[in-house]
Amino acid sequence: MADMERKREQILRISGVNPRKCMRCGKCTATCPSYDEMEYHPHEFVYMVETGEIEPLLKSESLYKCLSCMACVERCPRGVEPGKLVEAIRLVAVREKGGDRITANDIPALLDDEMPQQAIVTAFRKYQK
Amino acid sequence: MQRIGVFVCHCGTNIAGTVDVAAVSESLGKEQGVVFSTHYQYMCSQAGQDIIKNAIAEYKLTGIVVCSCSPRMHETTFRKTAAAAGINPYMVEIANIREQCSWVHKDTISGTEKAIILGKAAVAKVNLNAPLTPGETPVTKRALVIGGGIAGIQTALDIADAGFPVDIVEKKPTIGGKMAQLDKTFPTLDCAACILTPKMVDVAQNDKIRIFSYSEVTSVKGFVGNFDVTIKRKARYVKEDVCTGCGACTEKCPQKKVPNEFNLGMDNRRAIYIPFAQAVPKVATIDPDYCMMLKTGKCGVCSKVCTAGAIDYKAKDEYVEEKYGAIVVATGFNPISMDKFDEFAYSQSKDVITSLEFERLTNAAGPTQGKLLRPSDGEHPHTIVFVQCVGSRCDSCSEKGKEYCSKICCMYTAKHAMLTRDKYPDTDVYVFYIDVRTPGKNFDEFYRRAVEEYGVHYIKGMVGKVSPEGKKLMVQASDLIAGKQLHIEADLVVLAAAIEPDKSARPLATMLTASMDTNDFFTEAHPKLRPVESPTAGVFLSGACQGPKDIPETVSQAGAAAAKVIGLLCKDKLTGNPCVAHSDEMMCNGCSTCEKVCPYGAITYVDKEFRMPDRTTRVRRVAQVNEAVCQGCGCCTVACPSGAMDLKGFAGKQIMAEVDAICR
Ligand SMILES: Cc1cc2nc3c(=O)[nH]c(=O)nc-3n(C[C@H](O)[C@H](O)[C@H](O)COP(=O)(O)OP(=O)(O)OC[C@H]3O[C@@H](n4cnc5c(N)ncnc54)[C@H](O)[C@@H]3O)c2cc1C
Ligand code: SF4
Ligand code: SF4
Ligand code: SF4
Ligand code: SF4
Repeated sequence: MADMERKREQILRISGVNPRKCMRCGKCTATCPSYDEMEYHPHEFVYMVETGEIEPLLKSESLYKCLSCMACVERCPRGVEPGKLVEAIRLVAVREKGGDRITANDIPALLDDEMPQQAIVTAFRKYQK
Repeated sequence: MQRIGVFVCHCGTNIAGTVDVAAVSESLGKEQGVVFSTHYQYMCSQAGQDIIKNAIAEYKLTGIVVCSCSPRMHETTFRKTAAAAGINPYMVEIANIREQCSWVHKDTISGTEKAIILGKAAVAKVNLNAPLTPGETPVTKRALVIGGGIAGIQTALDIADAGFPVDIVEKKPTIGGKMAQLDKTFPTLDCAACILTPKMVDVAQNDKIRIFSYSEVTSVKGFVGNFDVTIKRKARYVKEDVCTGCGACTEKCPQKKVPNEFNLGMDNRRAIYIPFAQAVPKVATIDPDYCMMLKTGKCGVCSKVCTAGAIDYKAKDEYVEEKYGAIVVATGFNPISMDKFDEFAYSQSKDVITSLEFERLTNAAGPTQGKLLRPSDGEHPHTIVFVQCVGSRCDSCSEKGKEYCSKICCMYTAKHAMLTRDKYPDTDVYVFYIDVRTPGKNFDEFYRRAVEEYGVHYIKGMVGKVSPEGKKLMVQASDLIAGKQLHIEADLVVLAAAIEPDKSARPLATMLTASMDTNDFFTEAHPKLRPVESPTAGVFLSGACQGPKDIPETVSQAGAAAAKVIGLLCKDKLTGNPCVAHSDEMMCNGCSTCEKVCPYGAITYVDKEFRMPDRTTRVRRVAQVNEAVCQGCGCCTVACPSGAMDLKGFAGKQIMAEVDAICR
């Protein structure tokens, strides 16, 4: 429990997000291009961090489905910046695992021609410590 | 030597919760001149005031210090108490130990310490106070109403009804404001025109009311009861008293491609126009930006067709100067621009419209004669998505939107949704909401009717993106209750745009020295107890210029503002403020510095004869303050290089005594 509280603090510090500013409008989730891939959606990330349900988020595949497009950050009327929260949780999860989720060697196999370069760059950012 | 009484108020627990009132009373009892000191639960109550009155009689007090709330709140109360007990009201000083002390301090030690210091300063000042007698000024029995929307109209009618003359200054060619553009009005769904236009006619026919349409206030001088106002009457190139409003010119003018602002640019008008059939005054106006005669000197068609001979291409702006006793601000609101909300594709698609545009599209006098048709292709829309809170309730740092709730959009969206389903049962109507806020008489019932009787789909969630694809608008939104992301193929998207005060309100507030909040809404003198007065005496507020409001609220406030104006205009004389500037003629060297800084023009100079010590006479130029005009702002006292100017009741030595007491 204390451990979770520590992680919550860490997530808030890394992201600089104050989840209490959220008015639960759902515009972030309405905007999210990765909605169908994600188990938890941006507004749920915000809500669950606020209520302290960090564990399921740290374990969720959603962390790696977020495109880091920051559309939710741009659109949120309350300036909550949910995308930054997702990034921070991902960072905490990756650090916890003690290693990168993928290495540079794994990448060529995952590439396909249609993948935009930006996605590859964000992928590096996402899956590393 | 003064005999001072100190009265410390608990204000329930407001003060006593953080300040040790007994200690304050005891400590101040030891100050120079203080002969009596006490504390009581509510000093402003009848019982509290009686304590003061009795002490005045018993201890033969000559000065009073009340340690209580802000003087804005109860200075007048305690001055009246003192006067009733035979003391000059200006021998009363208030030490504000609530707003400036108990409310800002958390611990009793520092709270008490500061309360004592503030009390000492007040005692030091009363020791130097002298009785003052206010002068009187006459009241000009005429009111000015700025803005001719429903707020201004109602205020003017009510003031005129009490027998006082009123002038309305409206910047557009007609009065009516936003209400004239609406179709039907919640919560009763009566048509806006049917209830507004009779009032507009009443205004036109009332011999106590003058309308200065197409006009603006350009300067305001003076003070309560005696404002001097300059009104600019913009050249309309049509003689108002000659034009019969027949409209012949508006049919013949060859310049047909002028965006019609009354229909929010959804159709065109001519260069000479009458905004709508029921306009008041019903007089044509030439738009100088489009009239070919005014721009190139070639045309003159309207003057040929006008049988009344009303056209005057040589007209110039005119300035009218008038005196008023009271001014009412009723400058209303506008929807904010949607340009920055790219996500809703407002500037990309004609079929994404604002709610005010929707009103025009459903109005029988609008661009589609009331048929709900898509602006892009004139087809009947089958799926309509309404988005609430667009640009309202944003973060305080938002560059796009406003922090406040615009208050009227939940209700008008319910109205739009309901009316659409009523008239076109084949349409699917979605409303995306964050909250539905309908706290008014019969308001929630109204919204529930939209859902229960008319089958409007209310969805808790926001629209994230609107993308035009072919003839459709792809709406991506969240449904937070079902936990889904929705994709709706819509034909029309309607945005409930936040509202903001009219852009002209800020410069007007500066002219009136009336205060505004950070959103440019006019501030009321007290948010609960004086909601229709501005903090500037003689300036009153009516309608949406003070905050978002629907019509029922606007009309109530308009009537309340009128009542306050009537109360003022009924008086023959106003008691002035005796705390005015005064120059010491022996020290004044007539340098004219004070005259230049006085914002009210209260200072003049006279040549006066002075007897010199050697018995010769010398004529010197010295400053004189018109006490009726001086507002006691004190600008001159700090500007005077010879230290001749001082403010009665706030003399330099009184202020210094306060500072000394604080630093002691
Ligand atoms: C889409 C929409 C639908 C609505 N539907 C309803 C409804 O169904 N029922 C309801 O109760 N309310 C409704 N309202 C709210 C209603 O419009 C307002 O409550 C009402 O118009 C407020 O009146 P007002 O006179 O304060 O402001 P306005 O109507 O804005 O009038 C202000 C007037 O002042 C003039 N003016 C501004 N600045 C100056 C200046 N410096 N000098 C001179 N003149 C100036 C303007 O030109 C204007 O004529 C709706 C509003 C919108 C946007
Ligand atoms: S940053 Fe992630 S959560 Fe936010 S909109 Fe993009 S994909 Fe969705
Ligand atoms: S857009 Fe912002 S305010 Fe709305 S639900 Fe998401 S985080 Fe909360
Ligand atoms: S003179 Fe100007 S307003 Fe008159 S008809 Fe010609 S273009 Fe129209
Ligand atoms: S009135 Fe309703 S739609 Fe308008 S800002 Fe407030 S909550 Fe949003």
